[in-house]
Amino acid sequence: MKSNRILRLTGALGLAGVVATFWLGLFVTPNAEFFGSLVRLLYVHPSMAWVAFLAYGMAFLSSLLYLWPRTRHPRFDHLAGASAEVGVVFTGLTLVTGSIWGRTTWGVWWTWDPLLTTTALLFVLYLGYLALRRVPGDPEVVARRSAIAALIAFIDVPIVYFSVTWWRSLHQPPTVNLASRHLYVHGIMAFTLFLSFASFTLVYAWLTAQRYRLYALAEKEADEGLDLALEERRAEGVPA
Amino acid sequence: MWRDALIVAGKDLRIELRSKVALNQVVPFAAVVILLFGLALGPDRAALSPAAAGLFWVAVLLSAVLATQRSFAVEAADGARDGLRLSGLDPAGIFLGKAGAVAGELIVLEGLLSVGVAVLYGLQLTGGLVLVAACLAATVGLAAVGVTYGAVASGLRIKETLLPLLFLPVAAPVLLGATKAWQEALTGRPGAGAGWLGVLAAFAVVYVAVGIVAFGPLLEEA
Amino acid sequence: MAPAVFLHEAVVLSGRFPLLAGASLQIEEGEIAHIRGANGAGKTSLLRLCAGLLPLHRGAGFVLGHDLSLDRRSLRRQVGLLGHQSFLYEELTVGENLRYALRASGCDRRRAEPAAARLSLAGRLFDTPVARLSAGQRRRTALAVLLARDPALWLLDEPHAGLDEEGRHLLDSLIAGSRAKGRTVVLCSHEHDHAASLSDRVIVVAGGRVLQEPAGVA
Repeated sequence: MKSNRILRLTGALGLAGVVATFWLGLFVTPNAEFFGSLVRLLYVHPSMAWVAFLAYGMAFLSSLLYLWPRTRHPRFDHLAGASAEVGVVFTGLTLVTGSIWGRTTWGVWWTWDPLLTTTALLFVLYLGYLALRRVPGDPEVVARRSAIAALIAFIDVPIVYFSVTWWRSLHQPPTVNLASRHLYVHGIMAFTLFLSFASFTLVYAWLTAQRYRLYALAEKEADEGLDLALEERRAEGVPA
Repeated sequence: MWRDALIVAGKDLRIELRSKVALNQVVPFAAVVILLFGLALGPDRAALSPAAAGLFWVAVLLSAVLATQRSFAVEAADGARDGLRLSGLDPAGIFLGKAGAVAGELIVLEGLLSVGVAVLYGLQLTGGLVLVAACLAATVGLAAVGVTYGAVASGLRIKETLLPLLFLPVAAPVLLGATKAWQEALTGRPGAGAGWLGVLAAFAVVYVAVGIVAFGPLLEEA
Repeated sequence: MAPAVFLHEAVVLSGRFPLLAGASLQIEEGEIAHIRGANGAGKTSLLRLCAGLLPLHRGAGFVLGHDLSLDRRSLRRQVGLLGHQSFLYEELTVGENLRYALRASGCDRRRAEPAAARLSLAGRLFDTPVARLSAGQRRRTALAVLLARDPALWLLDEPHAGLDEEGRHLLDSLIAGSRAKGRTVVLCSHEHDHAASLSDRVIVVAGGRVLQEPAGVA
């Protein structure tokens, strides 16, 4: 099937890109004069964060489409779930890489930096969403409620970000502010950064598509079961 | 919609007056929380006073979880969830009514709790207007999110553990905003605290709107 | 005249399980229909579908002129369902429950007292919280709500269960009275003889479907 081939190609390209990013990031690019070797984290950390936000945005859009009566279809519920799962994984990775960054620059594993704090809240927000998705019950009921929870969670993101930023900025300037650090990104570094964004996005697409396929297969299995279930149910009424 | 809201709020508050669960269980629970904070942080007033506003609002947030659970426990008894749908009430009205009742209960709780905090943590409740305004705005937001998520979790098999996990992260901006507003007001800078009222008000407006729109689809299902 | 209830090949799911597996049914306005069938045959689901509580998965359904696949909410004000559960608030008194239900469905609150009196719930019981009532008294309270609301379609699920002799007579006279007012009544009951004496026709449900001919069922 054609879509299968595209999917495989996406996965292969994405994985190759990630490998190349690591190789370029770890061995080819130079140390930065200010950050030393630590700068190499920059090749993965922002792109992971980007993928997390992309995933949540996708979950939000699919949930909207699921709730909108004209476009309601289980496929949007599946897409929202698949995307959010990948999003949570990448949020976790973002937190870990951010924490490593913090340990080496400020000597602490955690700092109440606005971006880090927002990301941590996002992580628990969407853990709740995934927990809701796994609640046993009528799939349509759970799907609709999850879609509403996804909307509530996503609407919360800008409010959280704004309030956390304001909360911190009253005490000290934001700490992760790359632009103000005069970090000169050029040549091979810029290329590595770009490659990292591209390949992580591909990996996101590939993982989400795979997860989505799994949902769709489970759905198909259940659908095919429906006619059988109807037959069995009707047979209950026929005296043996 | 408003008529239905009044009917539902009246019914919920009447049930509360009759059963006194909020008064006999939620208020003492909040009192226990601030007592425990006091024990955890030690008897030193110098350590307690600066933290008082935050501790107060954490206690309110935890109590809001209980109040919301109670609001839906009332409906779940004896199949009244079906009853809500059969009643023919406007879902937006049901949402506003339930959120209004929860908000009313929380306001009373905050009033009692603030006295407790003032006594236990040795706090002078200055800047009264900002304090009250923060309470009102924060409570409306908490009640709106709480009741919406209460409906999301209601009728599901593991709702007791699900609701706090869903509700508390979303309510984080309320905790921040209300705590900062209180801190600023208590340290004699009500002007700085007023800015946070904007955050609280925006949160309240957004989630009241979400609840009005979302409650129909939430009730409407098998 | 359009039928009060019209179902064609209605399929209703609970998760993956078909509660109704293609039920077809027609009940005329003013009719009293008795639905019978074994436990788990789909009687309660049929009533809940007619009350607009269950979504239609496949097939067509119209109740009191409302399309079940489009609009179930406005239908609900016009039907009354007496189920296994009574939809009452434990902490509220009989009178408060009645008035709340009446206000919620947009009816006159003053209908509460006469309805309660009709079901012998006046006086002390009227101001007693439902939590302190016996099972039979709750049943009566639920019936009083139904009587006070006086919906166009009455859906009664095992209405005689838990009622004493006096209550059963009351219920029978209520059903007869609703016929006089031109209401449609659908009742499920295992008490076949008793229900048959009340109703115009018998509908047999089995395996989530309606058997058109109630053949050979004693």
